Amino acid sequence: MRIMATEVLKAEKLVKVFTGAARQQVLYDVSLSVDRGQFVTIMGKSGCGKSTLLYLLSTLDTDYEGKVTIMGREVTGLDEEELAKFRCEHIGFVFQFHYLLPEFTALENVMLPALKLGRWDRADVERRAMDKLRQMEMDGFARQPSGKLSGGQQQRVAIARALINEPDLILADEPTGNLDSANTEKVIGIFRELAQQGNTIIVVTHDRDLAERADRIVELADGKIVG
Amino acid sequence: MKLPVNLSIARVHLLSRKKQTLIATLGVTFGIAMFIFMISFMTGVNNVISDILLSVTPDIHFYNDVKTDYGNSVTSQYFREDDGKWIIVRHPRPRAILLNLKNAPGIVAGMRRMPGVAVVSPLISVQVLFNYGPVQLGVIADGVDIREEDRLFGLTAKMVNGRPEDLLTTANGILIGRKLAAKLNVVTGDLVTATASSGAQMRFRVAGIFEFGLSQVDEGKVYVSLQDLQQLLGKDRDYITDMRIKLKDNQQAHSLAQMLARKYGYRADDWETTNASIKAGNRIRNTLTYVVSFTMLVVAGFGIYNIMNMVILGKMKDIAILKAQGFDRRDVTTIFLSQSLVTGVTGGLAGLLLGFLLSYGLSTLPFPHDDFMLIKTYPVTFETRHYLLGAGFGLLTTLAAGWLPARRAAKVDPVAILRA
Repeated sequence: MRIMATEVLKAEKLVKVFTGAARQQVLYDVSLSVDRGQFVTIMGKSGCGKSTLLYLLSTLDTDYEGKVTIMGREVTGLDEEELAKFRCEHIGFVFQFHYLLPEFTALENVMLPALKLGRWDRADVERRAMDKLRQMEMDGFARQPSGKLSGGQQQRVAIARALINEPDLILADEPTGNLDSANTEKVIGIFRELAQQGNTIIVVTHDRDLAERADRIVELADGKIVG
Repeated sequence: MKLPVNLSIARVHLLSRKKQTLIATLGVTFGIAMFIFMISFMTGVNNVISDILLSVTPDIHFYNDVKTDYGNSVTSQYFREDDGKWIIVRHPRPRAILLNLKNAPGIVAGMRRMPGVAVVSPLISVQVLFNYGPVQLGVIADGVDIREEDRLFGLTAKMVNGRPEDLLTTANGILIGRKLAAKLNVVTGDLVTATASSGAQMRFRVAGIFEFGLSQVDEGKVYVSLQDLQQLLGKDRDYITDMRIKLKDNQQAHSLAQMLARKYGYRADDWETTNASIKAGNRIRNTLTYVVSFTMLVVAGFGIYNIMNMVILGKMKDIAILKAQGFDRRDVTTIFLSQSLVTGVTGGLAGLLLGFLLSYGLSTLPFPHDDFMLIKTYPVTFETRHYLLGAGFGLLTTLAAGWLPARRAAKVDPVAILRA
């Protein structure tokens, strides 16, 4: 289908060692390449290092060996401030526990990253945020405090928030892990739809249903890619 | 209101915990208010005390400080002193010497020509006794040129009865303090008898009654004319023991006093030396004020620190999520430090206002009447300087109190929080 596949993310020989009370290596020379428009799921048993890998790829965790390149830019070794700016521009996050800011309305939660980015003026940001909420069928709840929404609703707001800055890469950590089956179905549908719209998505999950809807499944076991 | 994104987050945070915000704000408010209140009152007290004491202290007091010279003794005339012989005199007695300033008229004329000198009042100051029935009252009698003394201390304004000039028109006139008049049970026109240490007596007619507001003066001092006192003491017309000098600028007193002492060979005390106790008292009161106010501000600061710390503990996830979305350390610091600052500035302004109102209230409160002081209400000053100082202190405390929690928030590692 794709003639020219542009590489969005490239990870080379990632090694992660936790040095706490006991030294524990969780990733062994993990290399991964994700092209534009790909919907990739990373699967594996809990403790296999899949979440750890996601946080390395997300630039939040900087304590590792190897090299991560996103959109052609090597992010390994950038300082905190540059990384924050980079995340704001290029990466959208969805977490297992939706993590909305409870004092803010759904709309404000979606708007915050865009206000931080400062690419559009406030009115524009608000319009875009409403668009994203509409896409998630959450526009009816825009003015409600996010703390008052149900888990499924919050997760959809969180996805809208991840999309607001038109990121090149969407990362999700167990996005359905905390949802009932009806909401899980909805969220899986949303990711599928986002993938079809050309978004590049990496999802960490142990939900087979979700994984099977992806373009590609990366199996991780004991810190190594096995399939 | 369109605030930058960090500040609008701060605003939402502050408004979402109104009660805590209010408590933190009130802490600062009371701290600053008490600072303003205390310093205004203390400064007022200091000023009143200084005013009263300085109203009876000349800028420079010039007098013959009798130093007993035991260096040579008449004994050497009787025992021939040579090598190997020591003469030891136990309990030597000083020679009878005159306490007066020699060539007083010349010195007065010389001083009056000096630039910087406003008034020179030559006088004799001696201890005399007043008899009232069986009671003898020891009083300092100043024989003065009353016009000069009036220019020096503004006597006219301090007369309860009569005028200073009445001393000149009344034969053997005397001006006495209000409390002494009450003790002697005399009013203007009555006669009083003064006894000098030599035993000489003289009757004076009360020409006026003054009140300085300082009991040691009001019951321990009388004014008579220079000539009358010279007569009572049996001295000649040039007999002067002291001079009081008023300067155009009393800050020059110290250097000028030293100069006068060197030039004439007599002792000259400036007002600062004479009133060292006022300065010490002022300093103690000021120190106390600053210590107490500072403590209160620190307590208010701890309030902010505590609340911000708790807020940040409760917002760890929010901080992690903000960071994941591209907010950096500086943004997080701004978000939380601005909350402390808003608390501090709001509380501080309210504190300045409350402090002013408290001070104003106190300044209208009647002071319990006491013969000691001549003030009708509590002494309070209103100085812009104090308000600026209070505002500065408040801002500094809140900055310090807010900085630590904000920095802690900025250091939050999002991975540790999000994965937990």
